[in-house]
Amino acid sequence: MEIDPLIFRLSIFILSIFVGYYVVWSVTPSLHTPLMSVTNAISSVIIVGAIIAGLSGNSNTVFNTSSIFGFLAIALAAINIFGGFLVTQRMLAMYKKKKKDKK
Amino acid sequence: MISANLSAIFYLVSGVLFILALRGLSSPETSRQGNLFGILGMVIAITVTFLSTGNFSTGFIFVLIFILAGGSIGAFIAYRIPMTAMPELVAGFHSLVGLAAVFVAISAFLNPEAFNLGTPGNIKLGSLIEMSIGAAVGAVTFSGSVIAFLKLQGIMSGSPITFKGQHLVNAIILISIIVLIYLLCSTQSSNLFWILLTISFLIGFLLIIPIGGADMPVVISMLNSYSGWAAAGIGFTLENTALIITGALVGSSGAILSYIMCKGMNRSFFNVILGGFGATDDSVTNSTKEQRPVKSGNADDAAFLMKNASSVIIVPGYGMAVAQAQHALREMVDTLKKNDIKVSYAIHPVAGRMPGHMNVLLAEANVPYDEVFELEEINNDFANADVAFVIGANDVTNPVAKTDPQSPIYGMPVLDVEKCKSVLFVKRSLSPGYAGIDNDLFYKENTLMLFADAKKMTEDITKNL
Repeated sequence: MEIDPLIFRLSIFILSIFVGYYVVWSVTPSLHTPLMSVTNAISSVIIVGAIIAGLSGNSNTVFNTSSIFGFLAIALAAINIFGGFLVTQRMLAMYKKKKKDKK
Repeated sequence: MISANLSAIFYLVSGVLFILALRGLSSPETSRQGNLFGILGMVIAITVTFLSTGNFSTGFIFVLIFILAGGSIGAFIAYRIPMTAMPELVAGFHSLVGLAAVFVAISAFLNPEAFNLGTPGNIKLGSLIEMSIGAAVGAVTFSGSVIAFLKLQGIMSGSPITFKGQHLVNAIILISIIVLIYLLCSTQSSNLFWILLTISFLIGFLLIIPIGGADMPVVISMLNSYSGWAAAGIGFTLENTALIITGALVGSSGAILSYIMCKGMNRSFFNVILGGFGATDDSVTNSTKEQRPVKSGNADDAAFLMKNASSVIIVPGYGMAVAQAQHALREMVDTLKKNDIKVSYAIHPVAGRMPGHMNVLLAEANVPYDEVFELEEINNDFANADVAFVIGANDVTNPVAKTDPQSPIYGMPVLDVEKCKSVLFVKRSLSPGYAGIDNDLFYKENTLMLFADAKKMTEDITKNL
């Protein structure tokens, strides 16, 4: 009997939870705020679903009810992607080690 | 147009890059590179989506316009936001992820053909379950984050809002969400889908209003987790590996952070979520409390104490963020260092309004991260330090947590500030902290209270050094 592809996706899901568990425990507590902002940015990969939805209209009508929701989701996710990665970058740039030559 | 298998492989690659992005955060040196991996992963995922749809007609132009529009808003916010507003920003961003998940689910429900999920009114059962779970969790994330945002921003009162029968109402709504998902799957009725969304928005709202301001670190982490599960739910619907991997990563990341925050307060997750902490009977503390003597001093006294110390430990808290005192504090520390005084910073896990809040503020003020220590790393050093400088923290230094089993914060890990030879406590008044209990530290022999705004006091001390 064929295995339902859902089972494969479920396996990926469960294994990713474990990967996430170990990876996140190794994150240093001082970087917990950047961790939250970067997880925010990467969870906006939901934009791939939004793009498919936005492109679902046919060549005559770009906008239908379904694709409008897609476009709105694209804009929201894009705010998060750019905002999330850039603010993380900005925060991480501030973490500096003690300068040895400093008097 | 690229084949489904090839695009699946690329999605896997971007999932792996996201894992590396989180992995990079294990140390500040590797973190910047990690962030670049994350960006690369995102670029790959988006590009592959364009290539796999193969649709470069008018719709594509509009997609680009919306990405650019959203992207410029996001970039603008990212550059303009002050570091003290980071908790609000993160809460706001969570709400957007939640809403985006809801919109994608609505879109898929209205037009399942675009996603190969069947036809309207006849959507594949598995997809419908995944979709409705994703939509419900997304809606909870959205409305919950909006409330968290309003509370953090101060638009809404930070104190818990409770009413009679609150838990019963929440329980009924949660059960009806499950029933609705079941009915939705058996009838495919679009009305049920809209009702499901509405009550999911409602429950997100109801879940967060009873939770008070200082419990926000748990709430933000929890909503972070929810946004991940919502993304994963949609990932199953769309059969997209990148989304499933990311959802799982973010979901477990948020869950771990909530766990760390709860442990930092020695409270169970449910205790925090059910809310109302600190709202209980403050009459007791007021009536039984006799006026105990407090030693208070001014900037001059504080400067004198620190000048004669050989080591100083700084304990920052939310009050430092409110007063924006981090830069003034750094200047004070620079002056101390010039006098060959050893200075380190002690951070309690729940200091501030989100995990790592204090660390970011200190980093912003150019404090090197190797001078900043977590509770376990530094707690033994208090006994050997001359001065502890508590700025804007309160409950996390209360020795009652170790001595009084009756206290609501008993068992919470606290910084052993009282073991220092002398304690300087910057605070505006003697009022109790969030937990609503008096801090024994105020009345200790070796404590000197400095009643002033944190920023102003720090500046005054620097002048007197």
